[in-house]
Amino acid sequence: MPASPRAEAAVRARRFWPWLLLAPGLLWLLGLYLLPLLGLVPLSLSEPLSRFGLETVFRGRLATYLEVLQAYGPILWRSFGYAASATAIGLLLAYPLAFAIRFRGGRWQPLLIGLVVLPSLTSYLVRAIAWTSLLGDNGPVLALLQSLDLTAAFNGLGLLRDGRLLNTPTAVILGLLTNQLPFLVLPLVLAMERIQPCLLEAAADLHAGAWRRFTQVVWPLSRPGLAAGILLGLIPAAGDVVNPLFLGGPNERMVANTIDNLLLVQLQAPRAAALTLVLMALVTLAVLLQLRGRGLDGLPLP
Amino acid sequence: MNRIGNVLLAASSALTFALLYAPVAVTVLFSFNAPRGRFNLLWQGFTLANWRHPLGDPALTEAFLTSLALALAAALLAVLLGGLMALSLARARLRGRRVIGLLVALPLTNPEIVLATALLNLFVGIDLPRGPLTLLLSHSLFCLSYAALTLKARLAGFDPSLEQAAQDLGAPPLEAFARVTLPLLAPGLLAAGLLSFSLSFDDFVISSFMAGETVTLPLYLAGAFQREISPQVQVLTTLVLLVSAALLLLATLSGMPTLRKAVDLPRRDPFGRP
Repeated sequence: MPASPRAEAAVRARRFWPWLLLAPGLLWLLGLYLLPLLGLVPLSLSEPLSRFGLETVFRGRLATYLEVLQAYGPILWRSFGYAASATAIGLLLAYPLAFAIRFRGGRWQPLLIGLVVLPSLTSYLVRAIAWTSLLGDNGPVLALLQSLDLTAAFNGLGLLRDGRLLNTPTAVILGLLTNQLPFLVLPLVLAMERIQPCLLEAAADLHAGAWRRFTQVVWPLSRPGLAAGILLGLIPAAGDVVNPLFLGGPNERMVANTIDNLLLVQLQAPRAAALTLVLMALVTLAVLLQLRGRGLDGLPLP
Repeated sequence: MNRIGNVLLAASSALTFALLYAPVAVTVLFSFNAPRGRFNLLWQGFTLANWRHPLGDPALTEAFLTSLALALAAALLAVLLGGLMALSLARARLRGRRVIGLLVALPLTNPEIVLATALLNLFVGIDLPRGPLTLLLSHSLFCLSYAALTLKARLAGFDPSLEQAAQDLGAPPLEAFARVTLPLLAPGLLAAGLLSFSLSFDDFVISSFMAGETVTLPLYLAGAFQREISPQVQVLTTLVLLVSAALLLLATLSGMPTLRKAVDLPRRDPFGRP
């Protein structure tokens, strides 16, 4: 039977419409993401035209990368150190909370999840400002430590510097940590929700105690939530600007502050581009290590 | 043993909630502070005066309204573009679907500063002055990935036979979409929109590169930290918090029965009673 022109048109339309729907979004992603990202590569190999503008000229100069690594290597190292510490401590706090919400929350579970999310609906700059009140020299946290006679001990541990909390790594890590806590808790709760109760009942029927039910069932099945939390928490923390600026001093600046300064103050666009690409390469490496061949699709992203 | 575990669990959960809510509580408290000097950072004494003029700081109010408009526009644009992408990716068997899916997810793996640097270089290169337009373009871009992924996940859970049934009953494809798929997708659209809105409303890093002369709320707050923090900052934040809390409570209460069914909560505690 010869295909009618109408049927042919229908087939053509069926091939055509998915691309029509994709077109505007793809235009956005290609024009405003992929293209500008690739544009950083020639920029990083250029030299500034003058000291007073962002204009550059392409010279194929690879030495910029070496200079950037030499000058800002310690800051990169520090940034990932702060971010990783915040994520590690955050996970120690987030895991028990997620477990409590999933297995002890009962009918309050949705409300508890809402309570975890609520603080992140206020501006994170205002929260950083609030931390400066709490951690300041005349603030309640230092007063509490003094009344408990713990100041000297905390100084010795390196948590305080000269009896101060502001402008120390402790303050910056605390800020990063509280920012990312909801993003660590939510994927864990989602991952634990996928654990079928019958699995735990089966384990109990086989005389597995609470501890073995945890180590043999809950822990392995919640690992994807851990991976998703690390991605959602670590990446923004490594590139944060606000917490090191508000809670840290000049010695606690992180890599994003440096890029910001290079680009907007020093007008060193090629160096800023090179440092950005190095940061991106390191983050991509961290992501790949975390995913280890699994796709993003399997992760419980909220 | 079980009892000690429960106590530890409760204590650690309480500590986590305390850390989450310490800055929020301080902000609400300081909206009732009568500060001496320009910075409302040190507790002096209780007053209701700040609440009599919640919009008493004109620069703050203007920045707040700018952020509101920007976040609304960026969220609408992101949900529209992301929704269309999600429909196409979830429904059509396209060649290159995996590559496109990767391209959609990729921006989420970059720290914001990467996107900010790249976009600034682009806009300097094509000589587009920084201002409301560049803000909208950049905000809609980073919201797009979240919106598209959220909606794609929602659509993947749908039964396409519902739409086919409508078509079998004689509804044209567009009508079947409008009367079957769209109502089912509405909660997802709302969720994606709210997520995009809050991402855009709170964005600092990308905005600081893209704003030009425009002052959004986070940019105003960063400036205020150097200059002057009026108590209206805390008042306005408290108001935003109250509205968010009300919306969240509403969503939670209305969603509770469906959510319980969706996640199939255990009827008895599998840890307490073996």
